Amino acid sequence: MSKYLLNKFLFMVDRDPELVERYRSEPRELVAWWEAECANTVLNCHTGEASTWLRFDDAEREALANHDHVKLFELGAHPFLTLTLFIALFERDNTEPLEYQKSYGARLAHISMPYPDIAT
Amino acid sequence: MASIVAVIASTHHPFYYRASTATGEDRPPFADEWTRKILAFRETLTRARPDVLVMVGSDHFHQLWLDNMPQFLVGKAPFYDANWYNEEREFGLPRMLLTGQEDLSAHILRAGLDSGFDLAFSNELRIDHSITCPIITLRPEADLPIVPIYTNIFAPPLPQPKRFVQLGAAIREIVESWPSHLRVAVIGTGHLSLELGGPRQFGPHGPDPEFDRRAVEWIANGDLDGCLREVTLDSLHSPGNATHGFMDFMLMMGVAGAGVKADYVDTLDLFHTMEAYFTWYPNGAAA
Repeated sequence: MSKYLLNKFLFMVDRDPELVERYRSEPRELVAWWEAECANTVLNCHTGEASTWLRFDDAEREALANHDHVKLFELGAHPFLTLTLFIALFERDNTEPLEYQKSYGARLAHISMPYPDIAT
Repeated sequence: MASIVAVIASTHHPFYYRASTATGEDRPPFADEWTRKILAFRETLTRARPDVLVMVGSDHFHQLWLDNMPQFLVGKAPFYDANWYNEEREFGLPRMLLTGQEDLSAHILRAGLDSGFDLAFSNELRIDHSITCPIITLRPEADLPIVPIYTNIFAPPLPQPKRFVQLGAAIREIVESWPSHLRVAVIGTGHLSLELGGPRQFGPHGPDPEFDRRAVEWIANGDLDGCLREVTLDSLHSPGNATHGFMDFMLMMGVAGAGVKADYVDTLDLFHTMEAYFTWYPNGAAA
């Protein structure tokens, strides 16, 4: 399991408006494309160099493909990254202020302390 | 030598800009009171007549990432672009360009390294809302040169709380030993209790009002002993999963000095998190 790679997905998609839209409309396809093409990108590096070993396990891939932010929380993905990206994906459907943010919290209501470890 | 004319600690609420500039039906009911409090807080900096701002904050996974994560980083650049696409998208924050004070950056880096802090540095740093929020609230003209200092309160493993306090005390000494006639304000932002992406987020108040009450007391009284006795990396999980940002308040208590009461204290109980504003005048109240 790689919390780091989950975080890397959330981080890279969140900062790219085109990827945000693709993740909203076709999550499974976007996750597969990203894992094949982007997972091994070394971000603080010139292009042309890459890592060779990064891949999701099945639970991680499914959580991302299903927009399952509760599962991502349970897997130890960084909650700030998940929240920020998911607000970008779904806040636009709000019918009142903070509707999505509140329901996002409510879906996590069964979680008790201590929360899953987010250390990478 | 340079003088520190104000030490300021504040929350950095990214919704302030949008709330305070909204009009008509878009203006939230709490915006007027919030704006009044910010204008009063702003005056505490204005009256100190600073020339330079040392700005302590924390990158929110914008430029600093898990493949290369510094614990404490000092910016040293002639300019700093500011705010990011996702902050524009979520909070409506404007793009900004701030000027850097490179001489002071160099002095802090050299003196910091020589006094036991292995500071990282950046010559090309785009800063985020942890630093632009206090610019917007305290100095919206954005006309003073800055030295940004980033701390890691975000990506564990984190430094211990006492290390934040020690760095704050060191920043105080280092700035006061800067061979310059300029007037420096040290401004840092953090959080009281805060939950992001967890079950307690976006409630009617901060997730732990009792922690907030005690935290405000610690800061207002400069009670570093009490604060350090109770606050640990583990204990900060309990008030809310993003409460480690409180350690930037502890850093600012280190700048202000143990036992030194704040000259100005204000709070605002908002949804989601409590706002808190503190100013110290190390040389006595500004005229």
